[in-house]
Amino acid sequence: MTTVSMTVNGKAVTAEVEDRTLLVDFIREHLRLTGTHVGCDTSQCGACVVHVDGKAMKSCTMLAAQADGAAVTTIEGVANGDLHPMQKAFNDNHGLQCGFCTPGMVMSGIDMVNRYKAEGKTLDEAAIRHELEGNICRCTGYHNIVKSISQAAGEM
Amino acid sequence: MSEGIGAPVKRKEDKRFLTGKGKYTDDIRMENQAYAAFVRSPHAHARVKAIHKATAEGMPGVEAVLDGHQLTGDGIGNIICGWAITSKDGSPMNMGAWSALATEYVRYVGDAVAVVIADSKEEAQEAALAVEVDYEELPVAAHIDAALAGDAPQIHENAPGNVVYDWEIGERDATEAALASAAHVTEMDITNNRLSPNPMETRAAIATFDEAEDHYTLYTTSQNPHVARLVLSAFYAVAPEHKLRVIAPDVGGGFGSKIYIYPEEIACLWASMKTKRSVKWTGDRTEAFLTDAHGRDHVTRARMGFDGDGKIVGFQISTKANFGAYMSLFSSAVPTYLYATLLSGTYNIPNIYCEVLGVYTNTVPVDAYRGAGRPEASYVVERMVETAAREMGRDPADLRNINFVREFPHQTPVIMNYDSGDFEGNMRQAMEAADWAGFAARKAEAAGRGKLRGIGMSCYIEACGIAPSQAVGSLGAGVGLWESAEVRVNPVGTIEVLTGSHSHGQGHETTFAQVVAERFGVPLDSIQIVHGDTDKVQFGMGTYGSRSGPVGLSAIVKACDKVEVKVRQIAAHLLECEADDLVIEDSQVKLPGTNKALGWHEVGLAAYTAHNLPADMEPGLKEGAFYDPENFTFPMGCFIAEVEVDPDTGKTEIVKFVASDDFGVIINPLIVEGQVHGGIAQGVGQAMLEEVVYDATGQQLSASYMDYAMPRADDLPSFVVAHHNTRCTTNPLGIKGCGEAGAIGSPPAIINAITDAIGNNDLSMPATPSKVWGLMQSAKIAAE
Repeated sequence: MTTVSMTVNGKAVTAEVEDRTLLVDFIREHLRLTGTHVGCDTSQCGACVVHVDGKAMKSCTMLAAQADGAAVTTIEGVANGDLHPMQKAFNDNHGLQCGFCTPGMVMSGIDMVNRYKAEGKTLDEAAIRHELEGNICRCTGYHNIVKSISQAAGEM
Repeated sequence: MSEGIGAPVKRKEDKRFLTGKGKYTDDIRMENQAYAAFVRSPHAHARVKAIHKATAEGMPGVEAVLDGHQLTGDGIGNIICGWAITSKDGSPMNMGAWSALATEYVRYVGDAVAVVIADSKEEAQEAALAVEVDYEELPVAAHIDAALAGDAPQIHENAPGNVVYDWEIGERDATEAALASAAHVTEMDITNNRLSPNPMETRAAIATFDEAEDHYTLYTTSQNPHVARLVLSAFYAVAPEHKLRVIAPDVGGGFGSKIYIYPEEIACLWASMKTKRSVKWTGDRTEAFLTDAHGRDHVTRARMGFDGDGKIVGFQISTKANFGAYMSLFSSAVPTYLYATLLSGTYNIPNIYCEVLGVYTNTVPVDAYRGAGRPEASYVVERMVETAAREMGRDPADLRNINFVREFPHQTPVIMNYDSGDFEGNMRQAMEAADWAGFAARKAEAAGRGKLRGIGMSCYIEACGIAPSQAVGSLGAGVGLWESAEVRVNPVGTIEVLTGSHSHGQGHETTFAQVVAERFGVPLDSIQIVHGDTDKVQFGMGTYGSRSGPVGLSAIVKACDKVEVKVRQIAAHLLECEADDLVIEDSQVKLPGTNKALGWHEVGLAAYTAHNLPADMEPGLKEGAFYDPENFTFPMGCFIAEVEVDPDTGKTEIVKFVASDDFGVIINPLIVEGQVHGGIAQGVGQAMLEEVVYDATGQQLSASYMDYAMPRADDLPSFVVAHHNTRCTTNPLGIKGCGEAGAIGSPPAIINAITDAIGNNDLSMPATPSKVWGLMQSAKIAAE
């Protein structure tokens, strides 16, 4: 067993977990923040993307112990009262259907907009599609996800 | 802005999904919950000699290790197929027994033989690995040809030669005669590749047994919770219907794969009774590949004959369909009544004959996947027509146009009766949006860059609004395919709509509310759509086959009709006027030209206070309805794909994709276009990326996202989506349905485009770079 301490959505948490506990299981099962989803077992689908110290991470790919001391943001921690511009853009553009991949899409979307802004690069359609290679959606055909991220990029 | 029919209203349900507050089955945790892990066969075909459970039973946290003998010993019944198909010779289909936990034989890799129940998921999984099963391996037939070979192993005793049925439709002799006299006959071998549906949420279940009440509750990832309850009760005898509550909460996509009742749900319910604990199971992605029903998997030989003017005179189709190791719930209907009945396409074809051989193999069961039979039909028809045009040196659009059905209703030779459409109008609109006329110049420009540019068309038609109960009953269906609704106007005027449809991404909470909002002139926010819980909602048939709009909404309209009659009667009584003179709009019931009016909420309140109602009227304002469609609906459209192939690598890029659909009346264009986008992506996936691959020993080589190529954002372009709608004549709102069209129409458009680009019609799906490149090399070698 390992004791892990981290900040999740601005709140300090400490817990004793099995060494093998994945960050996603810690978030879902220990903290009961079930907005972060598991869609595969090979780190391909991106439904579990959260931000660890401000960077998008697949939370099925790291151990809870590796996030010790980190600041983690999940989909539940993104909105500040009102919806985040990325969340609003997904609603505006019908960027989600069943909603299962959506938390990961929103977290990846925010991360890519932040990175491109920081680097002064343009996030055009081709760039968004390329950046989404780690997030799989089966419902939308990505058309409206791309539109959503594009809208949010202009508003963030 | 209007919130009613035709308005692109943003979805009401989005907020919970966008903020992480959706409630999917795996998000639910029960008191005293245990976890299930299944012991699955690593062999595609074997006899189960012994199951050694003692080690696992002694492991930490293990509550029970249960096997198939215990399951059948407790009277749990075999899994059924709900549609009886009769072979050519009049014999019933040969259905082998399927127990939720195998007893004597396992027939595909992943077939469950035991289930471990333990305190934690990890403990259950570790104990499942410790269950030792002695297998006697048997010969395997993993593909259709292997199963039909003379020396093939017998997969089920009562299906000689592994044939489930040998079925036919249409006129054999007339079609043969038409082909014999045809000026030109196009012949093709066409394979429809096997797919895994892959909703992003894997299947899951939590079963709870309440010993005091002798009552079960099942949370599960279902597209049709009432059908699940019915089948679990009537056939598997897990619990009587009134002692079983099935709840399908938020469900993360289905695409058909969550229609069926699988072994895992049955085992969880039964295990909850055995262990007196809530039993939870959430499949991982590998289990999804190994156990979710697959789709498609047809091998077809087709011949299409034309007269000297290019008119189709006869169409003969011979198809072999893979059913996998067991007959899943709707499987038998997919390659028969959902496939062969659409083989007339959008065309006038006087003579059609189709025969279908259903075949058992040592693979996962195959059942309906988005489109279910109709993509297979559309692929055969549209590749045949396109190839014929090329062979005859005719323009593919012109050849389609001279064969289009133009008068409605149109009776095809294969059961279906098309009610409406403007097939040429649709094609012209798509051609304009695709700049069909400018293609030659673009091809020349691409050639200058060393790229092969191609254009391909597909004019699909499908049958939705599934389905008229009497008609499907006469064809062998074990259920009626109506839908139910209840509309409750509360005393304060807010409205709850209880629907038998189930939303797992389709946006019913918005579209259904739009229809009711428009009908009663009330705000969208005052309407709540309730679905997915057998304790709350009356029996309903669920969501598949693009039926929620044409059938589910029609039931809601019918219930609204009844509510409106009563609203008018109450208001007329209170306002002292004639009911028919009243107008319902702007949250009021009013008499035009006067100042007589009641607020919508006042009518509701009057109904429930019942202080002053018309004589003999019952209090309350709540009406239910069952709607049974009088016909299928027939969405159709024209898809055009334009591609560029890199001759050095065989890689294909979709440069443009245009969809022009006829969906009848559209409630919410935002949502309808989203359905088209998603459908096209799945169709492009089938055409270019996806394939379930089994080796000869029945091992699935594509059982993860590392191996199965799911379409990703940079595999796809943005789509151009247009509509050219004609009203459906057979349901009250004029809706045709839109959920499956994209997946049905797009594969032939893509393949027709790639074959146009490379000048070789002999291409099969998925058109991977290596396959396209290989085909070009073989053609080169052959030419030398």
